[in-house]
Amino acid sequence: MKPAAFDYAVPATLAEAVALLAQHGGEAKAISGGQSLMPMLNFRLTSPAMLVDLRRISELHGMDIQPAGTRLGARTRWCDIEKSSALAAAQPLLCAAIAHVAHYQVRNRGTVGGSIVHADPAAEMPGLSVALDAQLRLVGAQGERMVPAAEFFTGPLSTVIESDEVLVEVLLPAWPAARRWGFQEFARRRGDYALAGAAVWYDLDSNGSIINAHIAIIGASDRPRRLPTVESVLNGRKPDAASFAAAAQATSAAVDPMTDVHASAEYRRALAGTMVERALSDAAQRAAA
Amino acid sequence: MKTEFEVNGQPVALDVEPRLSLADCLRRDLHLTGTHVGCEHGVCGACTVLIDGEAVRACLTLAVQADGRRITTVEGLSDDQALSPLQAAFRRHNALQCGFCTPGMITTAHALLSEEPNCDEHRVREVLSGNLCRCTGYMPIVKAVLDARSAYQGQSPAQRSNLTSVEK
Repeated sequence: MKPAAFDYAVPATLAEAVALLAQHGGEAKAISGGQSLMPMLNFRLTSPAMLVDLRRISELHGMDIQPAGTRLGARTRWCDIEKSSALAAAQPLLCAAIAHVAHYQVRNRGTVGGSIVHADPAAEMPGLSVALDAQLRLVGAQGERMVPAAEFFTGPLSTVIESDEVLVEVLLPAWPAARRWGFQEFARRRGDYALAGAAVWYDLDSNGSIINAHIAIIGASDRPRRLPTVESVLNGRKPDAASFAAAAQATSAAVDPMTDVHASAEYRRALAGTMVERALSDAAQRAAA
Repeated sequence: MKTEFEVNGQPVALDVEPRLSLADCLRRDLHLTGTHVGCEHGVCGACTVLIDGEAVRACLTLAVQADGRRITTVEGLSDDQALSPLQAAFRRHNALQCGFCTPGMITTAHALLSEEPNCDEHRVREVLSGNLCRCTGYMPIVKAVLDARSAYQGQSPAQRSNLTSVEK
């Protein structure tokens, strides 16, 4: 299908973009790479009066890798992430997971910020932002604010972002080299949205026991989220098969997936547990290798 | 809304509705009907074109977003005289039947081989996963792309992106 008619602006500065969004109330929508928004427009699932193209706004571009953490400009594309060997070293879980995002052509245009704000519960980047304790910097007519990713998502395609706000950058805490991590997702076809997926990491204390476990799931809940009950099952235990099996069981108990045309709730619940178990097992094996 | 970009080396200046997709713009306004429109929501890959050398979905790109950019369509990857290495390889391997997906396959494969002339079969399959073909079963397409690699290897990046008319 073809989108309904809209006006279109390409502001040169962030202030102009915010002013345009504010001026149109909820009727304007920001567009970055458009790889989530354009299908919505083509299906007429959304029909904004105006699109505000963010491509000329310099604050949204680039990535910056520092010992204290990593900044991803909201306009960072999947292909930019794929091509950065420095980022692969600084944020290995992020980079491994991004390889699962959509297809070659979409990865040349789709952006980190667009995916987070679109907030598909099965998409990788929203789940990663939660798993990695990301901070999201939003700038709007009332000024700027930092929102932890854990508080950003409120439901399917729903977030706390106001209609006059722009996601400017994603800030990721530094990643210790010894950290254990894994990412697994299952989709029917390459590049499809995950039926369920898991981004996991943990550190080890001096006794070799798990501390600081982070277990985030995608596709098996109405939003990407961490599973505190699973994390408490893991914390204090040794990273072995028995712990990971217990985590899988706790995951299936903790998630509340929907039945839809792609899979039943029961299947997704079981799959989420399997994804967590496999991701944890990858984490342990990668460390042993 | 006025927009200007380059298509297959020629500058174009158009006045279009903002909602016009780049795919429809190429087909309707510029009569470049080699770019096919299949699903219109970014799944089938038939509309793949190159923007500044990168493969993108023209159905998920607005014509006004192409402003100032360099577009290459499947028409720009052939000179109508001799077959390009990819065209020749597709013919050799019977890598098309109805031909609807072929423009997207050729543009995608050209972008891949221009950037990664030494890619392996796994990489070819991964990249082509974004292009649907309902006839061939993909095996001859994968073989054709692998076969065409040799024409791209040992060339400079600029030479690779201009590999449009080398009969093999």
